[in-house]
Amino acid sequence: MEQGRAMLLKVEQVEKSYQSGAARVAVLRGIDLALAAGETVALTGESGSGKSTCLHLCAGLDRADAGRIAVAGQDLSGASDATLARLRRDTVGLVFQQFNLIPSLTVAANLAFQARLSGRHDADWAARLADRLGLSALLDRYPEQLSGGQQQRVAIGRTLAARPALILADEPTGNLDEATGDSVLDLMLELVAETGAGLLMVTHSTRLAARLNRQVHLRGGRLA
Amino acid sequence: MWRVALSALLSHWRRHPLQLATLLLGLALATALWSGVQAINAEARASYARAAQVLDQDRLDSLVPARGLTHIGQDVFVTLRRAGWQVTPVLEGQWSRAGNSVLVYGLDPFTAPAGSLPDAMQGEGRIADFIAPPGLAYAAPQTVEALQGVAGLPPLVATRGMAPGMLFTDIGIAQTLLRAEGRISRLLILPDQPLTRPALTDIAPALERRAPLQQADTAQLTGSFHLNLTAFGFLSFAVGLFIVHSAIGLAFEQRRAMFRTLRALGVPLRVLVGLLAAEVMLLALAAGLVGVALGYAIAAALLPDVAATLRGLYGASVSGSLALRPAWWLGGLAMALAGAGVAGGQSLWRLWSLPLLAPAQPTAWARASARALRWQGAAAGALAVIAVLAGVYGSGIVGGFLLLGALLISAALALPGLLALMLGGAARLARGPLAQWFWADTRQQLPGLSLALMALLLALSANIGVGTMVSSFRLTFTAWLDQRLPSELYVTARDMAEAQRLHAWLEPRSDALLPIWKVEGTVLGGPAEVYGVADHRTYPDNWPLIVGRDDVWQTLARGQGAIVNEQLWRRAGLSLGDAIPLPGGAARPLVGVYADYGNPKGQVIIGVDDLTGLYPDVDRRRYAIRTDPAQVPGLKTALVDEFGLPADNMIDQGRVKEISLMVFERTFLVTGALNVLTMGVAGFAMFTSLLTLSTMRLPQLAPVWALGLTRARLARLELGRALLLAALTMIVAVPVGLLLAWVLLAVVNVAAFGWKLPMHVFPTDWLWLGVLALAAAGLAAAWPAWRLARLSPTALLKVFADER
Repeated sequence: MEQGRAMLLKVEQVEKSYQSGAARVAVLRGIDLALAAGETVALTGESGSGKSTCLHLCAGLDRADAGRIAVAGQDLSGASDATLARLRRDTVGLVFQQFNLIPSLTVAANLAFQARLSGRHDADWAARLADRLGLSALLDRYPEQLSGGQQQRVAIGRTLAARPALILADEPTGNLDEATGDSVLDLMLELVAETGAGLLMVTHSTRLAARLNRQVHLRGGRLA
Repeated sequence: MWRVALSALLSHWRRHPLQLATLLLGLALATALWSGVQAINAEARASYARAAQVLDQDRLDSLVPARGLTHIGQDVFVTLRRAGWQVTPVLEGQWSRAGNSVLVYGLDPFTAPAGSLPDAMQGEGRIADFIAPPGLAYAAPQTVEALQGVAGLPPLVATRGMAPGMLFTDIGIAQTLLRAEGRISRLLILPDQPLTRPALTDIAPALERRAPLQQADTAQLTGSFHLNLTAFGFLSFAVGLFIVHSAIGLAFEQRRAMFRTLRALGVPLRVLVGLLAAEVMLLALAAGLVGVALGYAIAAALLPDVAATLRGLYGASVSGSLALRPAWWLGGLAMALAGAGVAGGQSLWRLWSLPLLAPAQPTAWARASARALRWQGAAAGALAVIAVLAGVYGSGIVGGFLLLGALLISAALALPGLLALMLGGAARLARGPLAQWFWADTRQQLPGLSLALMALLLALSANIGVGTMVSSFRLTFTAWLDQRLPSELYVTARDMAEAQRLHAWLEPRSDALLPIWKVEGTVLGGPAEVYGVADHRTYPDNWPLIVGRDDVWQTLARGQGAIVNEQLWRRAGLSLGDAIPLPGGAARPLVGVYADYGNPKGQVIIGVDDLTGLYPDVDRRRYAIRTDPAQVPGLKTALVDEFGLPADNMIDQGRVKEISLMVFERTFLVTGALNVLTMGVAGFAMFTSLLTLSTMRLPQLAPVWALGLTRARLARLELGRALLLAALTMIVAVPVGLLLAWVLLAVVNVAAFGWKLPMHVFPTDWLWLGVLALAAAGLAAAWPAWRLARLSPTALLKVFADER
């Protein structure tokens, strides 16, 4: 962590478990993590190690059983659903493995969607993003008319268009072939650097993880 | 945020216009049938209210003839006025000529209550024209139109706001028209009376004071008919709601991923649910407006037949044209909103309770849920118990409809479970991989199609039930008419003197001359007619008795008993031997009960000598003539030659039967029309379900296609599946429909009309209905199957590409 930068994400002794049949399975057993503005961190681990759970907790999509998570100074522990929704809308940007575009909106509308939702839509910035992401010729198409790589570029553009302070990406290249995944990640890292956002990216590829500032590894519910 | 989120939600409909059309059309159709029926009911009730308000009769007490008298003499009116009683005379009677019939209402404009006369009478010189021959008659515009060119009536003046089928004229003119010189039907007591006046018992002991006429007479009699219509309207609405439920549910399922994304991107759950609720209400409002407009068209098309039915069955006059009343169109919109709320409520609740990280794949529509089937089965069982309890302990028409409702919903809820059992059995018997896949896949499709199949079951059962009821009624009614109308010719003299001459002339020229004489009055608390019958073999030979002593007809001839119609028997809960109190105070023991289909009033029959003894001034102008049928035309000609008797005063047996059957057919014309419309709605429900499901079927069909089945063969299998499910639903619908018919014949009819009918079954009709159901299912499945057959391989391959 670099000194002097604002702390965007602080995770302290967070625990989370799930009920699985009759048994309760502990997924996170007291993890600590911190991420500053402009920093990129890869969260790696084997399947089922709790990477996605950790990301969901940081995004306020789920609640921790114990411990504390703060995003941009906002403690998520006791926050209401409305507060968590506002946080996701205004501060956090999410990139999913499954893209999660809105199928009934065009590429242009999808790109602008979160920025408009948070009231930070900037048409010039959206146009530049579309250009950088190679989507300018596809703006009138619908998601179903795009390839997987193109869809993920739209999903990344949607997140960056809103200029969030913290980007949480859950295996953003997991659904793409290696070459496409590399080019998408290149673009994402480039644009993240441009916007000065912090990035926490879940991946199980050590090759991709190596391209970020820092790597943390989850094993047995704890950060190694 | 609201605007952006709403535009994202609404964008779904832009991309799925067919689904939007389905939802709007389903709700519009449901609303249309409901509001159409309500429009008819509202129009009829308004007509009854207008009729009851004539001359403020719904407010004023009246004086009526007592002790079995049929009318009041004009001298009694004069005596009362001279004694200070502020009363006004009314003469009321049916005037008929050349197939036209109208209720003539005679009044005295000088003593009638202020403000109760038609506005059109207030003009200068109008009163003089009104009272001086030929007088004037005021009537509703449609009545004036219907009577154009009919001879024998005073000049007609069209007046808005009057009840249809009614003429207002001066009492003197009315007495001439009705051949009732010097007669008054009743005297209305005006509100302002002098402080002192002689007691009624002293100056007019032959009169009885009555409370104001309620709308009761007509409204009560027709209440059951309107309830029947309402029940049918509600059934259609319920069938329509299946479409709406299906369309809304599907739209929610398809957007599950979008909901999750919206929430992940920061749209709060409350905002999302609020927006979706607003979306549902907005769509309901749009569909409701279309539905109300369609309902107006349906009502306008059906109203003339309903008016004819009400006139034929109950003698109630209902306007044949429709007014736009806020009560029903607002009610229609409210039903559309409530229906959409009910249909969307479950989906909204699911969304509210859905964890943000729940899987986003559409599941409910595509995956069989054994738990849901168990719940549905339990609810069906509970409703079946309610139906049995309503059948055993319920009473009246409300009990009957509770039984019907519980029975139908129970059957509908049990259907998916029954079909799953049948398909499971077929799958176990299947040999070969394709057959096994077909049965397993059909069973998997069941949850997605179950709503449409339930709608189809309701429509088919209603069709079988109502069809069996109508056909049973028709069979019984025609057989009953053949028995009940044995006389070859019916004649009515114009006055008593002519009646005596006719009697003398006809007696040697006929096999028998049977009086048809009656008085009207109140029997056991309700309006009734008391007839006298001659001691002649015609009656024991032809009148079917439901129950009766062996010597019924001899007892009547001796003046020692009375028989009553089934309606009065059931309504009053009578047993043989009970005393029947007759108008005027006499009573006779009950010795028999006869069927009297189609008559809303109670009826009592005693011996003709008994009748003339009890009511000496009974109208004796009408006779039934027994003769050789071949003699009837000659006899009619001779009656015209000898007496100048108008054609309307002679009616032969064939014509009476023809009129009765016409009334019968018209009575059930509306029911038949609603039946067809409900079937149409159910067919549409099936079509929309198959069409929307077809878009979600590709992941299941693509692997089978890849394994070697052609698209055309898959399409044929899809078509076969729809036909199979429709056929299985039809098989379930037959026993449900028969049960429904039994409830209609043995419970609802008895409560609504007062008669019970034997049930007959018509398997050929079921066969036709089965063919119709298969045709509807085939048509519904044809387009989705055609689309599948022409689907490009790229679209099927995309399924595998998406799986990467």
